[in-house]
Amino acid sequence: MNGFSRFLHSAAGRTCFCIVTAILLAAAMVLSLRFGALKLTTSEILRLLWERPEGIESQIIINIRLPRILLGALTGACLAAAGTILQSIMRNPLASPGIIGVSAGAGLAGILVMLAFPQFSVLLVPAAFCGALLTAVLVYLLAWKRGASPVRLILAGVAVSAMLSAFSSTILLFNAEKAGGILDFSIGSLSARSWLQIEQAGIYMGLGLLGAVALGAKLNILALGDEVAAGLGMNVERVRFLAIAAAALLAASAVSVAGLLGFVGLIAPHIVRLVTGSDNRFLVPGSALFGGLMVVACDAAGRMVIEPAELPVGIIMALLGPPFFLWLLRRQRYGA
Amino acid sequence: MELEVREIKGGYGADLVIDGVSFTVRSGSVVTLLGPNGSGKSTLLKMLGRILKPRGGSVLLDGKELFSLDSAGLARKMAVLPQLHQAPGEITVEELVTLGRYPHRGWNFVMSSTDREAVERSLAMTRMTQFRDRPMNSLSGGERQRAWIAMTLAQEPELLLLDEPTTFLDISCQFEIVEIIRKLNRGSGLTVIMVLHDLNLAAACSDTLIMLKDRKIRCTGTPAEVLTPEILREVFQIEARIVMLEEGYPCCITTGSARGEK
Repeated sequence: MNGFSRFLHSAAGRTCFCIVTAILLAAAMVLSLRFGALKLTTSEILRLLWERPEGIESQIIINIRLPRILLGALTGACLAAAGTILQSIMRNPLASPGIIGVSAGAGLAGILVMLAFPQFSVLLVPAAFCGALLTAVLVYLLAWKRGASPVRLILAGVAVSAMLSAFSSTILLFNAEKAGGILDFSIGSLSARSWLQIEQAGIYMGLGLLGAVALGAKLNILALGDEVAAGLGMNVERVRFLAIAAAALLAASAVSVAGLLGFVGLIAPHIVRLVTGSDNRFLVPGSALFGGLMVVACDAAGRMVIEPAELPVGIIMALLGPPFFLWLLRRQRYGA
Repeated sequence: MELEVREIKGGYGADLVIDGVSFTVRSGSVVTLLGPNGSGKSTLLKMLGRILKPRGGSVLLDGKELFSLDSAGLARKMAVLPQLHQAPGEITVEELVTLGRYPHRGWNFVMSSTDREAVERSLAMTRMTQFRDRPMNSLSGGERQRAWIAMTLAQEPELLLLDEPTTFLDISCQFEIVEIIRKLNRGSGLTVIMVLHDLNLAAACSDTLIMLKDRKIRCTGTPAEVLTPEILREVFQIEARIVMLEEGYPCCITTGSARGEK
């Protein structure tokens, strides 16, 4: 370890990393407000946000671009925090809301509510949460055989996830006009999101993120193994259930906003872990900020590349995420 | 601190691995559980450490039922180091030892000066101070085990349970661990209950040996009382000669197997 890397692994360095990432995220959000058919300079945008005048420009920035970007940041933060929690409690670097089936469970429950009770859209996130939690418990039970081994968890998760996604796709296929686009949902998209989604999901996202950060210290203890954690006086089963519930809530609120947006929940925790190490007290907030940054940046890129049309954020994420991840993997000899 | 075990039973699935075991551990003593593979040593230790729930009988810590105590309060009295443990590789020694303060800290994010002093003491007692910034995966087996013991010491327990703390270590590391344990016991009156495989190591550092056989206690007493040719033949099916060392404890020299005679 060189000096800089050692600094990044200290408490002060980890705090610095979180602050720098937060600043980058804020900057990316402001910059991202510029992209689109309407061209404005950053100072004009800041003035619009501050003075909130009447008019079409203000409408576009405040009611179309701003909620979309806020939702992007929140969605990324939620998925990354959920991924961090799942990787930690399952002691498995492959765990993420997408792979373990939590996202698919949330998606299916959300779709059913949207189609069966379109008037009760307030129920969307609670229903998705129930779907996510049930899926997590189901995967755990399926993988349980004198303890849940990491490999069995992943295999059970992949199998359950594939089945639930097939159900979702089938339902969407037969209700394509009502559901507003099967492709958007299964790839993950932020197009045409508004303050309505923030009203519906924002509170759950906030609660989930707070819970995730508060659980960080306990996740560190749990990472030492069940027996050591029990010896240190932790109620292992209760903490694990709380952590799964928090991950399910985070994934559910993210999926009900942006669909099955993949990769961010898997990759963001790994990138942050490579930089700052695996102390979950910093890893959870650090990953959340970094995940938000990733989604905001990819969404902005998706709106830029083929103007005036746009690519869904999920496609950009799937194109840019893995190569970056592989580069980091090679460079650091991660996991050796 | 006094630990009383009454007619305890337990095991995994349908099988009882421990069936009706009773003994008392006095404050300030070093007690070692001995016995062949599968005799229930680790299972018994897990029940004492509240990792495994017994199927019958009771464990009393200072007169109170162990399983009725609150977990954090218990963790401030008793520390447990399981046989197999794995830290996330890049965690440093100091970070690991700091996690031992968990039962004292609760939701406190910032370490108090008491916490820091306890960590420093634990590092010093296990001679790990110089390795404090090293990641766990860069340490040798003996250093790693000392770091784990330091973590349990940071709990500031009165009673320490160790499950085969010397397994996978070379002979000098084994004695180093045992000497650290003995020093802690003499210095601060720490009560220790541990499982060991090596009879001579156990004899060198224990006040009391508990010899397990077929899910029950075969005999219990000082090393000189327990390590006799007759008992060793019966429990381990070995022929052994016992030499009394001038340090005051016995040493077993195995001369052959007693299996063929039955």
